Amino acid sequence: MSLTDVQVQAVGARETPGFAALFKIEMLLALRKRADIANPLLFFVTVLALLPLGVGPEPELLAKMAPGMIWVMALLATMLSQESLFRGDFEDGTLEQLALLPQPLYFAVLAKSLVHWIATGLPLALLSPLLALMLNLPTEGYLCLFVSLFLGTASLSLIGAIGAALTVALRRPGLLLALIVMPLYVPVLIFGTGAVQAAIDGYAYSAQLAILAALLAAAAALAPLAAAGAIRISLDN
Amino acid sequence: MAWQWFHRLGSPRWFYQKTSGWLPWLALASVILLVTGSVWGLGFAPEDAKQGNSYRIIFIHVPAAFLALAGYYIMAISGAIGLIWKMKLSFAVMRAAAPIGAVLTFISLFTGAVWGKPTWGTYWVWDARITSMLILLFLYIGVMALSHAVSREQVADKASALLALVGTVNIPIIYKSVDWWFTLHQPATIRLTESSSIDPSMFYPLLVMISGFYCTYAWTLLTHTRALILRREMKTQWVQQELAGEK
Amino acid sequence: MSVTTKSPVVLQVRDLACERDGRRLFEGLDFSLNAGGAIQIKGSNGAGKTTLLRTLIGSTSDFSGEILWRDKPFPRGLRSMRESLLYVGHRGGVRGGLTPLENLTWYGATEASAMEALDRLDLFGFEGSLCNSLSAGQNRRVALARLFLPQSPCLWILDEPLTALDVAGVAALEKQMANHLENGGSLLLTSHQPLNLPGLNFVDLSDFLVEESFSDMGGEHVFN
Repeated sequence: MSLTDVQVQAVGARETPGFAALFKIEMLLALRKRADIANPLLFFVTVLALLPLGVGPEPELLAKMAPGMIWVMALLATMLSQESLFRGDFEDGTLEQLALLPQPLYFAVLAKSLVHWIATGLPLALLSPLLALMLNLPTEGYLCLFVSLFLGTASLSLIGAIGAALTVALRRPGLLLALIVMPLYVPVLIFGTGAVQAAIDGYAYSAQLAILAALLAAAAALAPLAAAGAIRISLDN
Repeated sequence: MAWQWFHRLGSPRWFYQKTSGWLPWLALASVILLVTGSVWGLGFAPEDAKQGNSYRIIFIHVPAAFLALAGYYIMAISGAIGLIWKMKLSFAVMRAAAPIGAVLTFISLFTGAVWGKPTWGTYWVWDARITSMLILLFLYIGVMALSHAVSREQVADKASALLALVGTVNIPIIYKSVDWWFTLHQPATIRLTESSSIDPSMFYPLLVMISGFYCTYAWTLLTHTRALILRREMKTQWVQQELAGEK
Repeated sequence: MSVTTKSPVVLQVRDLACERDGRRLFEGLDFSLNAGGAIQIKGSNGAGKTTLLRTLIGSTSDFSGEILWRDKPFPRGLRSMRESLLYVGHRGGVRGGLTPLENLTWYGATEASAMEALDRLDLFGFEGSLCNSLSAGQNRRVALARLFLPQSPCLWILDEPLTALDVAGVAALEKQMANHLENGGSLLLTSHQPLNLPGLNFVDLSDFLVEESFSDMGGEHVFN
């Protein structure tokens, strides 16, 4: 029996990478693909710049539409960039290797969603005052717009990860991903625009922001679980 | 083994043969209840004081909306059972429930629109319930689209079951948020959602119609599930015998 | 089947049957893998070699029968098995956005050991280029370089490791495998090419084919 123990020890097992290591490597990969970060932002700005060409340049009309339009475009920009969230890792087999780690896939999904948010949601939130200015949003709404996008896009990244994980093995997931994910985005959209609207109208908006934060907390706890399950299902292809 | 009964329950063959006997009774109950309910509701129930005869569409609208939502939970729960206990049968139930639920959601939306024209003067209003129903329809369509997009059937089963479960968690949140959104955007207009207490003379035929719809739903679900089972188990001996016996 | 009767069994398969897309691939599969033992899974295309490997690493749980890791049956044994598993599948698990060096570091190597492993597989000089820009064969070798790292996990499961390797690469790999077995490691692999490995055992999936009369009843007795 002692012989066995020696043999087993001679051939060791590797340490499993923790959340920090997963996050670091995902950040490194994201920074190397800067075009992927720039594209959703450019999409966001371009579409919103086209809006006055479609509906006319009247400041009041634009101001009325601004919260909703900015939020809907943020939603689309996040969703469009989500398609590639797991794709590369699926194709090169990294996802399969991550699924084999003794630690749960939850942390890998959480790390990926966090990096996705840093690469898309966060810049969108930072850029939003500029677009608010272009669309003539009343100044009372600026801070609220930023905070609501800051919180809301994080939820969107987490929820979208479920859709991305379910469709990762499909050849052309684009429209299907939208179909799956859009209904799930509804609460975030409603409370995001609701908060900004309340701010413009001069009401208190902390309740809406608190709900957005609560949605984020729930999404952070549950969405990676669902996405992890979806990855295991998709890998069985 | 204690699991034996459970596995037998999950056996498509056992299910198929067991349910053969139920179908005629369900069909009979559906016909009786639906005919009674329609005749009672359309012919004998009194006219509404405010809406006249146009309210009578609730005898279809309300049961359809009821089952559209219940159907989503039936779909999600059978998907969950399939995921947890790896039962082929419950996946078949889930797959069968999706299109039925989607059709019922559509019926409730359509009848709602028809009802809206004489009541609100327009076919479509962004009312909280209508909007929630529309989102429910999208949820159904998402599950169906996903199950059709994945080529391997076993993977498609599991993936759509998971999506249905995610939808289940989301439905209450969606309903609550849409409700809140509606109160925000709707300055006091007629709120049909707060139905003033319904008179028993209208309520009883409605109850009959709801039970009729439940029976019809059960019959449709069973028939669709049985058809799916036959297609999936086509190569097995018992299906061959079953088909040969029916000739 | 065992090489040395003394060495303990690490992985045992009893009466295993797998199905894919409603078709039974094989059934009644029995074998055991010892510490220091190597098994090559044989079988024609579509016989279920990859499905068997994926079942053994727990990627799919649609099987009947028993799999035991160090006497603990799945799924309980799966967790501890994964702690000592090195799996290289068809898709190597090499991130295209990283360099070979970074990829190996991710798999737990120090820089020095990663460089040495890459050198053994003739990848010296490529350690700093992104794997996106390397050829398929080179990416394959980066994936296999994991086998050359010190402190390797004790169970290797490899799906077609020899594909896209040149003669020198195959020789280096065989040497490393022999080394691994000598150190008490175990190896399970599929390969279309013959492998020069002392003490290699074979399991042929065509010996466990489903007989026609049974397949008719396939849907009935196990998988429901």
